[in-house]
Amino acid sequence: MKLTSLLTSAALALGLATTAMADDKTKVGFVYVGPVGDGGWTYEHDKGRQAVEAHFGDKVETVFVESVAEGPDSERVMTQMALDGADLIFTTSFGYMDPTNNVAAKFPNVKFEHATGYKRLHPNVSTYSARFYEGRAIQGHIAGKMTKSNIIGYIASYPIPEVIRGINSAYIHASKVNPDVEFKIIWAYTWFDPAKEADAAKALIDQGADVILQHTDSTAPQAAAQEAGNVVTFGQASDMGQYAPFPRVSSIIDDWAPYYIARTQAVMDGTWESMDTWDGIGPGMVGIGEISDAVPADVKAEALAMKAALADGSYHAFTGPLNKQDGTPFLADGETADDGTLAGMNFYVEGIDAEIPQ
Amino acid sequence: MDLSAINPILFVAGFLIAATPLIFAAIGELVVEKSGSLNLGVEGMMIVGAICGFATAVETGSPLLGFAAAAVGGALLSLLFAFLTQVALANQVASGLALTLFGLGLSALLGQSYVGIKPPRLGDINWGPLADIPVIGPILFTHDIILYLGLVLVIAVWAMLKYSRMGLVLRAVGESHDAAHALGYKVKRIRTAAIMFGGACAGIGGAYISLIRVPQWTEGMTAGVGWIALALVVFASWKPARLLLGAYLFGGITQLQLNLQGAGVAIPVEYLAMSPYVITIVVLVILSRDKSAAPASLGRTFHASS
Repeated sequence: MKLTSLLTSAALALGLATTAMADDKTKVGFVYVGPVGDGGWTYEHDKGRQAVEAHFGDKVETVFVESVAEGPDSERVMTQMALDGADLIFTTSFGYMDPTNNVAAKFPNVKFEHATGYKRLHPNVSTYSARFYEGRAIQGHIAGKMTKSNIIGYIASYPIPEVIRGINSAYIHASKVNPDVEFKIIWAYTWFDPAKEADAAKALIDQGADVILQHTDSTAPQAAAQEAGNVVTFGQASDMGQYAPFPRVSSIIDDWAPYYIARTQAVMDGTWESMDTWDGIGPGMVGIGEISDAVPADVKAEALAMKAALADGSYHAFTGPLNKQDGTPFLADGETADDGTLAGMNFYVEGIDAEIPQ
Repeated sequence: MDLSAINPILFVAGFLIAATPLIFAAIGELVVEKSGSLNLGVEGMMIVGAICGFATAVETGSPLLGFAAAAVGGALLSLLFAFLTQVALANQVASGLALTLFGLGLSALLGQSYVGIKPPRLGDINWGPLADIPVIGPILFTHDIILYLGLVLVIAVWAMLKYSRMGLVLRAVGESHDAAHALGYKVKRIRTAAIMFGGACAGIGGAYISLIRVPQWTEGMTAGVGWIALALVVFASWKPARLLLGAYLFGGITQLQLNLQGAGVAIPVEYLAMSPYVITIVVLVILSRDKSAAPASLGRTFHASS
């Protein structure tokens, strides 16, 4: 591919030129897995970026590249950003984990922040994530109460701990209020493909699901549920309020803005250091979108009570007694899961009738 | 495992819908390639069609007007490709790739105020008593007009290429543009018309995703269907009937693997996820063992002086 190499070298040359004229502005780069208009995951990260611009005004310059494929191509994009003079780069998808660390090794003076990963191989790499599973617990509770067919459909993306944790958390709380509940799980193997997500939602609805939970980024499953008429959904990553009050009855909202502002400030002050941040409902990184009137008042009250308990730490979403899928004990009565177990979760809890793709 | 959870009637009806965008995009590209041009901008024309169709349908309240606008939008964008490759004699591969990038950006710009809006619904055709036939009725006679239009289009293109004078001229231009030129045919004009037809088809295919299959507007929502359409044309060895088969196979297995996953079948999900690509390619490669080469002038630049 002559064209590609030509473009790359041109970009590199351009990058070097701008580095030479580096000014006093702090340059912050963002790498996105989907388009900024996906209405979900990337949309919220981009809101965080805009908040950084609004907060610091002329003192920062932000750049972003959207729809970057996970894997080697992301390494090229990050390298280009670093050469372009970025001081801080946020890489916002799990699949950027190794590329982020690889590029970080080459640019020790640039700070890297990787979302939802766990590898910090270099002193200039931090990781951050939100405790989405707390929101899943509330979803599971509402879903278990709302389902009439007792079949809950789950559109999963990739079999990584974050997604498995969400499935477990939702299942634990759905089956707690409705022991007959059954989870049907479809792995879409994509974060963003509206047509495929819609197809997956339709397949689940065809098979009797009347609640659809999604761990993919677009609003397509919401549209499919609206089309079907009697199916409940929850907004994922963003409020997806345009589908409220029904089918979307609540949502998990990611709020990255405070974190992005704090980290940018740390770079400006020279106080930035490698760390791992994992915040939930309490610190506000995970928000719960308004529970609509389609949910019965008593269920809504229970959900809000759970939200309050999760926020002040009096309740943990993974509280024993719980067994793993194969029947071996996971947590004793009253015991809660530690962060290490949660971060590497690669098993279903007892009761889920499915297998995790290996 | 519970295979009974899969309703075969809903399943087949579902995959007919899933295959339709692919059919439109691929049949348009087939005509373009038969004329000797290689337009890699299918994805870009589809996404522009998707937003043009969506916006028009929302503004006018008429989905059919939306599809018409999608065809116009796709054709207009393809005109850019025609200008670059037929008039400016630019490289077709680079121009096509540029068209896709441009289309994705342009559609994101056009679509900014359309995120989260529900488009007007295009109703299904009322076939009367035909829809009441058990099994066949719900599968074949519960669809919208565009889906049938796609089938008619494939048959029309097949008949046009095989039996009509127009088809003969088109193929002649695609096989040897110098010979066709010597015979007095306007090579560039014919290719431009073919490119615009391809753009219009891709536009309708894109609008089918945004107006019927999903139905909503999201940036980048075609998510690679255009590339699959391009591959399908090659694997179908430029034959409309095989193209139809390939599109149904691809759409069908895509739906099937999602349904099998939902039913909890004990096949590893990775194999299910790759199965549409693998099976479609294998079947079409086996079918194309006979001699059926690409149009001889495919991708070559034509200039009357050379």
